[in-house]
Order: sequence, then C-alpha cells, then structure tokens
Amino acid sequence: MKSISLLVLLFICTSVVGQKYISEKSNIVFFSSALLEDIEARNEKAKSVFDADNGDFVFSIPVNQFQFAKSLMQEHFNEKYMESDKYPKITFRGNVLDFEKGVENNDVWAEGKLEIHGVKRNVKILGNLIFKSEKLIIKSKFIVKLEDYEIQIPSLLFQNIAEEVEVTVNFEYKRYEK
Amino acid sequence: MKSKYVFFALLLFSSFPVFAQDDLLDLLDETDESVNYVIATFKGTRIINGHSTKLRNKKALEFLISHRFGRINNGIYEFFGLDEANIRLALEYGITDVLNIGVGRSSFNKTYDGFVKWKFLRQKTGEQRSPVSMVLFSSYAINSVRSEGQNINFADRIGYTFQLLIARKFNSNFSFQLIPGMVHLNAVPSAEDDNDIYYLGGGLRYKLTRSLALTMEYYHRFNPLTSTETFDLIGIGIDIETGGHVFQLMFTNTNAPFEKGFITETVDDFLDGDIRFGFNISRTFQLGQKRNW
Repeated sequence: MKSISLLVLLFICTSVVGQKYISEKSNIVFFSSALLEDIEARNEKAKSVFDADNGDFVFSIPVNQFQFAKSLMQEHFNEKYMESDKYPKITFRGNVLDFEKGVENNDVWAEGKLEIHGVKRNVKILGNLIFKSEKLIIKSKFIVKLEDYEIQIPSLLFQNIAEEVEVTVNFEYKRYEK
Repeated sequence: MKSKYVFFALLLFSSFPVFAQDDLLDLLDETDESVNYVIATFKGTRIINGHSTKLRNKKALEFLISHRFGRINNGIYEFFGLDEANIRLALEYGITDVLNIGVGRSSFNKTYDGFVKWKFLRQKTGEQRSPVSMVLFSSYAINSVRSEGQNINFADRIGYTFQLLIARKFNSNFSFQLIPGMVHLNAVPSAEDDNDIYYLGGGLRYKLTRSLALTMEYYHRFNPLTSTETFDLIGIGIDIETGGHVFQLMFTNTNAPFEKGFITETVDDFLDGDIRFGFNISRTFQLGQKRNW
C-alpha cells in the first residue's frame, strides 16, 4: 500500500514539473506609421508561459510599461487610447498549433483570444517557435486594427496615429520548475 | 488503513498546485511585481493660476503663455475687460522627471520670477503603494517697476514662496490637490502687515470628456495684508487638450498668474463680481530622446 502511494505521488510530482516554459526576457514593439510621424514604443515587462505538452500559450503585456520617445505621447497612449487604468493588460490566451518538439525551428500558427482595451477577439497569429537546448524562443509579428478593439482617437488630437498598428512580439523562455 | 488516509491527503495536497496552475495566465499574475504610477492627475503644470503636481518630463521644454484680461464688470466700454491685458511669458524645463525649473516675466508689476519644483513622491499602486503625490515648490518674484524719486532696495522688491503640493487622483475622472504654504515679503506696505503670509490652497480637476476637464481653485490666506484690502484667489476653468497643447480657459479674480502676486496682491473680489477672463496656452517641446534603447 505504502509503496503504491509513493509511486503515485512520484508520478504526480513529475507531471507537475511537466514541459512548461516561462519567459525570462521579452521585447514587445508597437509601431504605427502615419502621415505626420512614425510612432514606436517598446515594452520589456511582458510575460509569457508556453506549455510544450499541449501547446497552451499565454502572454500578458502591462500597457503602462510601453516606453515612447516622447513622454507626452506615452501619457496620451495610456490615458486616451488604451485607458490603461481601466484595462491594465493586453493578454493572449490560446494554443500553438502543429509544432514538433524534435524540430528546432517551427513556423506555426497560434490561435486564441487576444484581449486589448477590454475587448476580446478570436485571432490567428503566425509565429516562429525555436527550441534551443533548455531554452525556447517565440517570435511573432501581427497587425492590430484599433477599430476592432474600440480604441478611439479623440478628434481634438492632431497627432496622427495610424488606424492599424504593427505589433512585434519576442519572448525568450527557460524551463519552468516548481 | 491509516496509510490510505495519508495517501489521499497527500494526493489532495500535491494535486493542489496542478489545479492552481491550470490557467497559465494565473501563473503570470503570481510572478507579477510591477509598480504602477498613477498618471495624468493634472494635465497642465498649473491647475488655473497655481501650480499642480504635474511636472514636465526629462528634457521637455514648455513654453507657457498666461493671459489675464481686465474685469468683466468694467462693461462694454472696456469690452468686458478685453482691452486690458496682463501677460506672463514663461519657459519651464524638466531637468529630470522629478525636478523642474522655470523662469517667467509678467506684466503685473513688471515682475520677473523663477521657481524650482521637486516631486519627491508619486502616487502609485501595485507592489509599492502611495496614496498621494507630493511636490515641494519654491519661487521668487522680483517687482521691477521704476520707483519715481524714492530709492528702493533691490532686496525690498523680492518676495519668496514656499509650498507643499499634495495631490491624489481618486479615480480616472477626479483629482484633488491641497497646497499649504507661505509667502515671505522682504518689504510690506505698512508696519502692521506680516512679512510671512500663510495660506492653504485647494484645487481640483474633473474630467468631463476625454479632452475636456473642469478645474477649480481656491487659496485661503490666514493672515493677509491689513494695510490694503486684498482677497482670496478663486478660479473656475476648463482644460482643453489637443496633442501637444493644453489650453486652459478660466474665470478668476487675479491678473498676476504667479504665487506671490495672486496670494498677496489680489485686489479684486470674485464674489462681488470682479471677475476676469483668462487663458493659459502651453506648448511642450521634447528636446532629446527621453530614453535610449
């Protein structure tokens, strides 16, 4: 009896360790190209987890950590466009489809719910999954239409912001153990 | 038999973290240790006449034009005060995100002024919390009106202001600020006047739409000058925001948009109808990259 319980316990413990990866470095770039000016912002405070067992993939980006070249722009971005006090995070929760653990470099689709500005939408994003010994790298680039997420540009703002912005996502992971 | 219970207990216990981590997003929240600074408590560096806890960021230069017209109750002959204009031109600069300096020149008593503003506490939520933002502010003002016949010491033309600004953004629409402080006048009109005038100011901003906000301001003096009749400062205004500008329109009872002037030398009684129209326009220039990537 004792030995069985120990065996079961051992089994449970190993399954907890599993194949999860947690991000240790991240770089999210937001880029908008409009008539008046190009606007770029970077964020290194995003976090992500990837489960190589079933392809579960999530990331979370704190909106107020985007760094702009102009501080006033950063304030407008948070206060007027993204309303980051109400909607502090951009999140994605979904699944990476058709990746192979043995293959080092995978071009993959991720499917799931992207939440921006409190609006959840089903999206399919093309990305790149690279296994490097104990590490994992995920890269992706996708377009976000502001209108889709009910982000309004106040008519009084003269600074031109494009209606579509390009988001580049870079995560570097290590094995998650607990 | 006993070992069975132990086994189930262990099973229950060990399976617990598995369930807790079922949602990977929860796992991310667990490791979250970010600090969130509250932004946009006030949009202008002034609420109306007096300073707010808003500072210019590092390497940002603000050109501020403050205009105060004459009294509206002067009537149609003075075109409701618009014939008389008092202007203050100022340049203000962010040495760092929490330290600003500025200089200005006002029509009122041909005054030159300068100030230092230091934000030593920022309202924040998250891992570290602070319920309010606090700013230490100090300024001087030099009256440069030529004295006819009499010889006035340079020192006697100077007044100093020291104040603490305490502000809290209660929600995304409402911000409130308290301003305890004192003005020191090197020279006063009469011997019975105090050289140190203590006051408590209050100011607020209420957001009406995304680009429009209502502002109010009141400064109560505890020991005003007694040799001349002066009044507490009152102001009601709106903030209009456009890109790099904040445009502030106001009704107030001062024509001196700097601390020493509006605290000690406001001769108009707002409640008696001595109200002036005015506006502040500011344009901010970013002189360098805020941050190098």
